[in-house]
Amino acid sequence: MNQTSQMTVSDEVAIEITNMNKWYGTFHVLRDIDLTVQRGERIVICGPSGSGKSTLIRCINALEEHQKGKIVVDGTVLSSDLKNIDKIRSEVGMCFQHFNLFPHLTILENCTLAPIWVRKTPKKEAEETAMHFLEKVKIPEQADKYPGQLSGGQQQRVAIARSLCMRPRIMLFDEPTSALDPEMIKEVLDTMIELAEEGMTMLCVTHEMGFARQVANRVIFMDAGQIVEQNEPEEFFNNPKSERTQLFLSQILGH
Amino acid sequence: MSDTHAQTVAFVRETEIPQSPPPALEAGAVKWVRENLFSGIFNTVLTLLALYVVVRFAIFVFPWFYNGVWEASSRKECLDILREAGKGTGACFAVLVDRWDHLVFGFKYPQDGYWRILLAFLLLIVAAGPALFSSLPRRMLLFTAFYPFLAFWLVWGGSLWLPLTILGLIIATMLVFRLISSQIPVNIRQIVSGVIGVICGAGLAYLLFIGAQELVFIANSVGTEGMIAPIAYGVFWIMAIFAFVFCVPMGIFVGYAIYNSYEDGGLVSIVASLLFGYLAFVYLLSPIWMALNSIIPIELQAVASRDMGGFMLNMLLGTICVSLSIPLGILLALGRQSPMPLIKGVCVVFIEFIRGVPLITLLFVANVMLAYFLPPESNFDLILRVIIMITLFSSAYIAEVIRGGLAALPKGQYEAADSLGLDYGQATRLIILPQALKISIPGIVNVAVGLFKDTTLVSIISMFDLVGMIRGPIQNSTEWTSVYWEVYGFGAMLFFVVCYSISQYSQWLERQLNTSHH
Repeated sequence: MNQTSQMTVSDEVAIEITNMNKWYGTFHVLRDIDLTVQRGERIVICGPSGSGKSTLIRCINALEEHQKGKIVVDGTVLSSDLKNIDKIRSEVGMCFQHFNLFPHLTILENCTLAPIWVRKTPKKEAEETAMHFLEKVKIPEQADKYPGQLSGGQQQRVAIARSLCMRPRIMLFDEPTSALDPEMIKEVLDTMIELAEEGMTMLCVTHEMGFARQVANRVIFMDAGQIVEQNEPEEFFNNPKSERTQLFLSQILGH
Repeated sequence: MSDTHAQTVAFVRETEIPQSPPPALEAGAVKWVRENLFSGIFNTVLTLLALYVVVRFAIFVFPWFYNGVWEASSRKECLDILREAGKGTGACFAVLVDRWDHLVFGFKYPQDGYWRILLAFLLLIVAAGPALFSSLPRRMLLFTAFYPFLAFWLVWGGSLWLPLTILGLIIATMLVFRLISSQIPVNIRQIVSGVIGVICGAGLAYLLFIGAQELVFIANSVGTEGMIAPIAYGVFWIMAIFAFVFCVPMGIFVGYAIYNSYEDGGLVSIVASLLFGYLAFVYLLSPIWMALNSIIPIELQAVASRDMGGFMLNMLLGTICVSLSIPLGILLALGRQSPMPLIKGVCVVFIEFIRGVPLITLLFVANVMLAYFLPPESNFDLILRVIIMITLFSSAYIAEVIRGGLAALPKGQYEAADSLGLDYGQATRLIILPQALKISIPGIVNVAVGLFKDTTLVSIISMFDLVGMIRGPIQNSTEWTSVYWEVYGFGAMLFFVVCYSISQYSQWLERQLNTSHH
């Protein structure tokens, strides 16, 4: 399974985070985060709950505001300027734990909404693109249904297709399988693996260690708002350096 | 233990159990009656009791209806007819026949103009259609947009050119907005932004300067005599000094903000179109419609607002106020959620103030108080004042209902919209509002029905709506004094028909919009 992790990673920098800090009120959630992501890299972020992993990736598309430090996404510096934020968001796709599909729109409308309104794509073209990606996540036949009529796994795959319709250069996954039944986790992970194989730059917050081993170039372990350890998956799982990582791995792999 | 399990726990079913109908007592009407009417001793007693009350009521009311007299010219005549026929009880529906016109159109609306009201009402149904039923062709919405102007002409009469010119100026204002925001190249827009920025900045500075002088004048006229006057004197002087100090910086700030928006054109196009609209209405409206009317006169007999009355007035106020207060309520609800403290503050103060004041007070203010505040020569239509007050009143309630809907939306919907790169306007219009409004339907309908019934309150400020008509001209007439049940019952029936239809429509709409399972 190692051929995926050996796929070429370009020298081009996709995301560069320097000395980023964030507080919720007085609570220091992210401390001195430094992270550089190359184009084509696939990074898995893990760690105990409350360690700031979701907050970290949500800072990348400005769903959360950071108070100190610098984030550069695709050459655009993330500032409070709304134009920059919208530009970055249209280049960065995101999948959420609870899918967050728009329940009042059909699957097809969910997928075409942003291309039509943000990218100003003609409706017909947007629909073709949407069908292309729905086929890719293997649910084209559901296009005219509403999200409420689909299973969790199907909804998450639609959410992935919805993001892909914007042709993002980077994809963020915020615990995409945590709200799913075990049966459905696989179908979502398969979609993500396929995406990784195509060379998408991905940052995944997930507890699926099998997925991490299979596709990640790098695994990052976070605790208490800091990056505690990062390494290639083999090294990370077989030879964790920090005590905290060892404890965490023994807890999630122990049974 | 059954045979299947006798020997071994392993079990494979080889034939499917066929479907069979439920027992007779568990299906259809029998089941419904058993479960809902006679499910226990207590329920059975209640059912029989209720049945007794219903039957007694019917026995009491039915002869009253059945014996009702439809043709008579006064209550006395009614009673005579009943006595002659030897009937003990009977309604005097003749009042409805005799005063039908008054009940429906009021007593001053010109009789040969009734067709105008009826036509306006029929067209209202056509105009409301596409707004209420999404299955109708979208092109009909054009007629819906045009309808208010047509209806205004039909109901109030006068020249058709007045509403048409207003419509034309509104369209022109929108075209100015389009032109500046998206049709002209950026370098020209930069020049336009500069010019408008200078005009608005200078205008604002000038207004603040005048205001400051006014405040000084007020302060000096208050003087420093007595207990409270010095405080007021100080407060007015402080406000004046603020206005003096900030008039130029504020002008520069606003002017620069307008100029600075030339790249995406948002602010400058809004300001420019508002400016254009204001000037057009002040300087162009009357010359244009009068000129057009002198060339091709299209006129109906003009009817003054004080001559509107009857159920028509309730319908008029109800439709106009509901259709105005929903958009206003949406804006207020969004404003209350705004992160900008000024906008949020204004909305919160407005909503809380309006909700803290009874509607009847606002109506009195509209009727009596506004006259004191407005310049004496201004001829501000009474119906217009009432419409404004009722609209403000119900928009505050609708805003709170919609705020509830907005709060009920999961945060993830906002985040998903944001993460796709939709801007605030798009996210609100396409994602947030459709869902929030759907949640708010029962609440909005509740307010709308309440509003419609509250339109009868105008009878207290001496407008002759349906209730005002009954209380005033009908019951005070010598023929129909002490006729109560028939007229008020008729009024109640009219209101019930409208309110029940609204409620049925809303329930149908909720079912239509339910996408969770089909």
